[in-house]
This record gives sequence, structure tokens and C-alpha cells, in this order.
Amino acid sequence: MHIPDGYLSPQTCAVMYAAAAPFWYTAAKKLKKNLSSKMVPLLSVFSAFSFVIMMFNAPVPGGTTAHATGGVLIAIILGPWAAVMGVSAALFIQALFFGDGGILAFGANVFNMAVILPFVGYWIYKLTAGSSGPGSSRQWLGAALGGYVGINMAALAAAIEFGLQPLLFHTANGTPLYCPYNISQAVPAMLFAHMTVAGIAEGLVTAGVLVFLKKSMPEVLAAT
Amino acid sequence: MKNITKLWIGLGIMGLLTPLGLLATGDAWGEWGSEAFKDMVGFVPKGLERFSDFFSAPFADYTISGTGDVSGYIISAFSGMLLVILLTWTVGKIFTHNDE
Repeated sequence: MHIPDGYLSPQTCAVMYAAAAPFWYTAAKKLKKNLSSKMVPLLSVFSAFSFVIMMFNAPVPGGTTAHATGGVLIAIILGPWAAVMGVSAALFIQALFFGDGGILAFGANVFNMAVILPFVGYWIYKLTAGSSGPGSSRQWLGAALGGYVGINMAALAAAIEFGLQPLLFHTANGTPLYCPYNISQAVPAMLFAHMTVAGIAEGLVTAGVLVFLKKSMPEVLAAT
Repeated sequence: MKNITKLWIGLGIMGLLTPLGLLATGDAWGEWGSEAFKDMVGFVPKGLERFSDFFSAPFADYTISGTGDVSGYIISAFSGMLLVILLTWTVGKIFTHNDE
């Protein structure tokens, strides 16, 4: 889901930076108010986890690949605003050093994977878990569902950004200038990869790590 | 915050296991190099060609020149994690409150 440079027009990239910026600003303010500096090591561990889990590419039928992001996990443990910061940091290092996701497209990638993904995942988790206690089956279910739906909504957003390109940016005779695939091609392709593979991976990672923390390091969940 | 050594060890194990991610061949949808469009749609879109090399990352695709695919991937995993930790640690210290 890391959009490379060239797939989105410069105008789209500018709009997406503008869409991501208020979330960075608000995240900075919210964390200053709500997150203790004692939680910084935990934020770093899970941001690094987000970076490394994205290197585990899984095959998607049809010859493409997909991966989990760990973004919903950060949102559940440290809150969605911490996830905005943590996943943005992972995406920044990926773009700058490893060419995974573009520099021009960085705003779009942040909006999809560091904003939509953790917030949607967190809401689904909250809705499902309700007020049930830590370790309840509703919590695991909420985490798995949150991961699954969160990454799929992020993939849908990326697909819409891809799919708008041929509609909005083409030469006089209609030849696409950027991503040549329209909405009716991009949306099914992206959702197929994420509904069959990446969503399941994200759901398993989110619920699996929470189960591990609950069983062997309950103090981490209690501190949040 | 209590002892989180287990989590640091977990990250190390994941770093060593990253080559599993190389087993899946092919690119993610929408992450192909610009040349791939010749085969897929018959031409390389002009704007895509122009901006696809806007920036060249030093270790593109998690490869490190002079190392093999597997060792380069592992070195990328550990150096990338270290950079993410340095960044979030610095930014995190600035944008959190100190209640010691």
C-alpha cells in the first residue's frame, strides 16, 4: 500500500499532504497532553515493530504481495494519536532510506496508513470490545476485527487515490498521465489483496500481540 | 514504565526472520516500477515516468550494495528499526509530558 512517486499527480500529492498535516499537528498536541514521557520506549518499540512487520510480504493470489502494518495494534495499546506518530515515523524511514513509498506521495501514505488505518481500527475495536474487561473474548475479537477492517479501509482510500488519477489527469486525447488504472480496476484489486491476505495478517498480528501481552506482560497493558 | 526487555528481544527475533518476507515474489498492487507499465498497459504514462525517479533512496527495496538479498534484507531491517527508534524516541520526548 506504499504509493510510489509518479502514481499520483503532484496536485494530488499536495492535497494529501494538506490532509495529513492537521493530524500530525493534533497528534503532537494530544500526546503532549495525554502521553507520559515514560511511555516513549513503548512507542519506539511498537513503531519499530510497525516498520519490521511491513517487511513480511505475503503472497496474494494473482502474483502480487501484501503485508500487515501493526498500526491498529499501536492504536489499541497507546491510543490512535500515538499510532499517527508511530506509523508516520516508520513510513518516513521507509520512504527516505528504502524507497518504500514515495517522498511526494508521503502525505498520501500517511493519510492512508497512519491516519485512516489506526483510527478506523481503533473505533471498530472500541465498538466491539465495549466495556468488557482486559483479556475478554470481546477484546480479542475487537482487535482482530479492528485490524481487518482498518487495513481494508486504508486500502480502499489508496485505491480511490489511484483510481481518480486517469479521470482527473490525462492528455488531450485521454491518455493517463499518472496511475492508468481507474476506480473500477483499482478498488477491486486493492480490496482483493487486503480482504484475502493483508487484512487477515493485520487481524492476527493485532489480536496475537495483545494475547501475548496479556499473558506474559500484563503490566504493559495496565500502564496504558 | 516497567521492564520491556522481552519486547526488544521480540524485535530482534523479528529482524532475523524478515527474509521470510522475501519468499513471496512479485510487487504489491500499485508498487510496480515504471517499466512494468509497458507490459501491463502498453505504455509508460508520461507523468509517472517523470516523477517516478523524483527521489532515489540509498537502500531501495531494502537492498544494500555489496551484500546478498538475504543479508541485505536483515541489515535493512535492523538499521531501519534503529532509525525508527531514534526518530520516535526524539520526537516522543519532545511531544510527551514529563511527570517524573
